[in-house]
Amino acid sequence: MSSRPEHTAPPEIFYNETEAAKYTTNTRVISIQNDMSYRALELLALPEDKACYLLDIGCGSGLSGEVLEEEGHVWVGLDISKSMLDVAADRGVEGDLFEHDIGQGLGFRPGTFDGAISISVVQWLCNADKQSHNPYKRLSRFFTTLYTCLARGARAVFQFYPESPAQIEMIVSSAMKSGFTGGLVVDYPNSTKAKKFFLCLFAGYAGESGKAPELPKAL
Amino acid sequence: MRLITHNMLQCHVKGCTTNNFPLQIQDAELETLEAEFNPGFVQRLIPKLHWGALYHTAVSLGIEDLPEQMPEEVTEDLLRAIHKVALETRVKEGKAVCLGCGHVYPISNGIPNMLLQDNEV
Ligand SMILES: [Zn+2]
Repeated sequence: MSSRPEHTAPPEIFYNETEAAKYTTNTRVISIQNDMSYRALELLALPEDKACYLLDIGCGSGLSGEVLEEEGHVWVGLDISKSMLDVAADRGVEGDLFEHDIGQGLGFRPGTFDGAISISVVQWLCNADKQSHNPYKRLSRFFTTLYTCLARGARAVFQFYPESPAQIEMIVSSAMKSGFTGGLVVDYPNSTKAKKFFLCLFAGYAGESGKAPELPKAL
Repeated sequence: MRLITHNMLQCHVKGCTTNNFPLQIQDAELETLEAEFNPGFVQRLIPKLHWGALYHTAVSLGIEDLPEQMPEEVTEDLLRAIHKVALETRVKEGKAVCLGCGHVYPISNGIPNMLLQDNEV
């Protein structure tokens, strides 16, 4: 039996009410989610002291969103699990919540968001949970529509748990084909326990320099 | 869903490219949740707003705080009015309907359901 949740059931089934409750009561889960959200926010490299309009992809019960609102940002969260979203709503998070399958593409106007974060989500897109699911098409539709709804020069940072080098390649190449630049930042690469993968994507670049931004340094 | 986010949202059904914005809010139950006023944020938001959509959506919901035309001069009163309408007004229950293809996105507990059928993707 695999212990990876994305192998046991589709996300909207796996993150049922019991699982959703874990994401608000288990202090270890909360603390890891918090740390990764702060790190993702740091990698977004937003202008200092400016409130931004941010997207949280796979916002779940709103733990990462709360980090965004603590830092003064206005956010919109997407998740496929209604149970998780209801927990977020009942906890009174400030963000707007949407029940959404990101593999179906995003429906926001061009240039809407100043940045996007995503914690432990994007590897789910590599699965085919239904016969109609083609992971390559779903990844491509997701990244293409994400690129469109980001402001020029905005970044998207994805913490994720790749299960193989082939899966990393599949996700990164789909993002690049959709127009993003950037790449992988691996924090604590030599520690099996602390090692974390962040995909840092740039949606074009703002400013006059004509230079692509440099990939942030790993920890 | 706050009205700011409604102002950014368009129908994402496959092939629906005309008249897919703004989604028409119907049978709405609204709620007002106070939010901290950040004039800088609202100011930076203005270029992203579709003013006509914001104005007409607000009016359709019985909210008369905005001028029909976006004024040339941005005053603090205007920023406060936008803040109140776009960032403090939320749709709690109801539906968002696409006037292009007719798709209905139901809204419950403040959460719009954006899921599509396989043939709509
Ligand atoms: Zn439509």
